[in-house]
Amino acid sequence: MQELVNIFVKSVFVENMIFAYFLGMCSYLAVSKKVSTGVGLGAAVIFVLGITVPVNYLLENYVLKEGALSWLGPQFAEVDLSFLSFIMFIAVIASMVQLVEMVVEKFAPALYGALGIFLPLIAVNCSILGGALFMQERNYNTIGEATVFGLGSGVGWFLAIVAIAAIREKIRYSHIPAPLRGLGITFIVTGLMGIAFMAFMGIKL
Amino acid sequence: MAEVQEVKKEREALFSKKNRKLISDPLNDSNPITVQVLGICSALAITVKLYPALVMSLSVLFVLGVGNVVISLMRNLIPNRIRIIVQLVVVASLVILVDQVLKAFVYDVSKELSVFVGLIITNCIIMGRFEAFALGNTPWKSFLDGLGNAFGYAWILLAVAFFRELLGSGQLFGFQIIPEAWYMSNGGFYSNNGLMLLPPMALITVGIIIWVQRSRNTELIEEN
Repeated sequence: MQELVNIFVKSVFVENMIFAYFLGMCSYLAVSKKVSTGVGLGAAVIFVLGITVPVNYLLENYVLKEGALSWLGPQFAEVDLSFLSFIMFIAVIASMVQLVEMVVEKFAPALYGALGIFLPLIAVNCSILGGALFMQERNYNTIGEATVFGLGSGVGWFLAIVAIAAIREKIRYSHIPAPLRGLGITFIVTGLMGIAFMAFMGIKL
Repeated sequence: MAEVQEVKKEREALFSKKNRKLISDPLNDSNPITVQVLGICSALAITVKLYPALVMSLSVLFVLGVGNVVISLMRNLIPNRIRIIVQLVVVASLVILVDQVLKAFVYDVSKELSVFVGLIITNCIIMGRFEAFALGNTPWKSFLDGLGNAFGYAWILLAVAFFRELLGSGQLFGFQIIPEAWYMSNGGFYSNNGLMLLPPMALITVGIIIWVQRSRNTELIEEN
């Protein structure tokens, strides 16, 4: 249990997707003009990361890894398909996003109304594929750990986009040098927030 | 055979003024990073040193150039509804190629770039150019557009990496630039700015590049 809490805290604060790895910056910059849309996209990212990371974990451990196919029979014990992981992960992500979209539309129309327009955007959000690739690199032991890592990264991303959206709503009323308006100041503010988040780096979990 | 003929037919206008513009525009006025805001994700994480930034730029150059040509050749065959999946498959196969080559020839750098090679797949520049250009233009033009945008991406990456490596560790491409005698430890006055090596400074460096670019070309200034 403690292990899971550690992974969660670590992926939300210490290894925050935006501030430590810059993943998902494109949509972070494009969709952060208003808090409400920021919340919508953030929630969709949590949702999709929480689903795709464990699915990709199963794929990695039962299909792609060296020796992962040994459950099929001893003659497959030495097959190493890891060079296929990029194409498999992206296919899983694209189809899971499609599936999630259909399921949500059918069973939770209210949620679909809130997330609907953001879901297709998410298939090409770097943070989703990044989540899968970090999961592969860090070799989590159980599917529980992988799920918690996915959810934690999503929560970290949510936190970041809601914070920057709130700042951008306020910053509109300030006198910023004209060439810095919009994109420039957003970059610099994100950098400063990143410096603040680095305070968590000293924490060893 | 068909593609060979097509290239021949266009040869008389291979580097016409319009085609040259396809390369030169993304370098400045429609730069993929600072103006179109595409492909930021990978641009920032690997700019601590010049060498990995150069390798990353070359990888993107290859994927974008070849990918644009492939998509452009298939543009009349791809059904509109499944084009995203087709694009993803094309990019993913090209990125696997790049990844395997990097692992075979420059293993250290490929370890350093870790997940960011894989993330070229979701690099918005690639999908953005496929959608906006390659789906509606001939292969040669798409190739030029791919090159232009990759160069635009590369120069921002290299500029950021130049400042971060020079100020952060006093080196360029791993060679010492700041004389050793200047350092505090040798009785000098200088010490490296360790802050430049940390991730947030990449964002601030790009912010400053945007600032400089927009004060030179005031047409790019945003409303609020």
